[in-house]
Amino acid sequence: MITIDWLHFTPASAFAGGLLVGLAAALLILLEGRIAGISGIVGGLLQPLRTGDIAWRLAFALGLVAAPVLYQALAEMPQSRIDTGWATLVVAGLLVGFGSRLGSGCTSGHGVCGLSRLSPRSLVATIVFMTAGFVTVFAGRHLFA
Amino acid sequence: MSVLISLLIGLIFGCGLIVSGMSDPAKVLAFLDLAGDWDPSLALVMAGAIAVGLLAFRIAGQRQTSLRGKPLQMPTARQIDRRLLAGSALFGIGWGLAGICPGPALVLLGTGAAKGFVFVLAMLAGMAIFTASERLSRARQAQSDPGK
Repeated sequence: MITIDWLHFTPASAFAGGLLVGLAAALLILLEGRIAGISGIVGGLLQPLRTGDIAWRLAFALGLVAAPVLYQALAEMPQSRIDTGWATLVVAGLLVGFGSRLGSGCTSGHGVCGLSRLSPRSLVATIVFMTAGFVTVFAGRHLFA
Repeated sequence: MSVLISLLIGLIFGCGLIVSGMSDPAKVLAFLDLAGDWDPSLALVMAGAIAVGLLAFRIAGQRQTSLRGKPLQMPTARQIDRRLLAGSALFGIGWGLAGICPGPALVLLGTGAAKGFVFVLAMLAGMAIFTASERLSRARQAQSDPGK
């Protein structure tokens, strides 16, 4: 049985934020001809194929890093809490970095852009990483808690 | 020009992640916790993003180049292989451990959170390990198959 946490359910801001993410992905493909996959964009910085390929990637990543700075200047930042301990955080980061490169994408590349392109490959990837995420949280919170 | 456009698009993307709640790892984990007090909000992030994305990629699919005359660099891979499955599974496990995926990781770095910084370092290390292992296996292949 699933119990929904109505108190913390924020459908309007979640959907509005999603529209903004979609807008960013739309602008990147329609203006620059690029897929907005964060792991691919950042991973490409470590594996440059040719010289002209670095600047736009760095600029995009910098935009993401600068977003909270800009946001804070204009509005109140919503809370963000990282409860995960340091050791688990490092393991998680390694897995996210390695796995997203091996699987050619993450939540943005497969989940947003791939599903928007109706790519069967991205649909499979999204089902696999969502399931792995659900199972991992279940194991950590309910099985071995 | 591409640099400026990419920077602005990165900003929009990041603001979207902040507004949506994706940049709050505790909220992401609450979404992934189906058996606990489930917060379904993040399903709506995907819905909003894909609603716009469907339209954009439909337009892109009918064009030869981008609106600025650049080549449309669409993914060409089609095969559903072990790399896709194993990589996605490892990524999902990492995502489930901390509630952080690559986009929100960069946003958390920008909030100045020490844990965000450590996560990004580990993520970059994971990506670098992947790149290094790819080079190694290619070099081995070339050695065992010098005719190619």
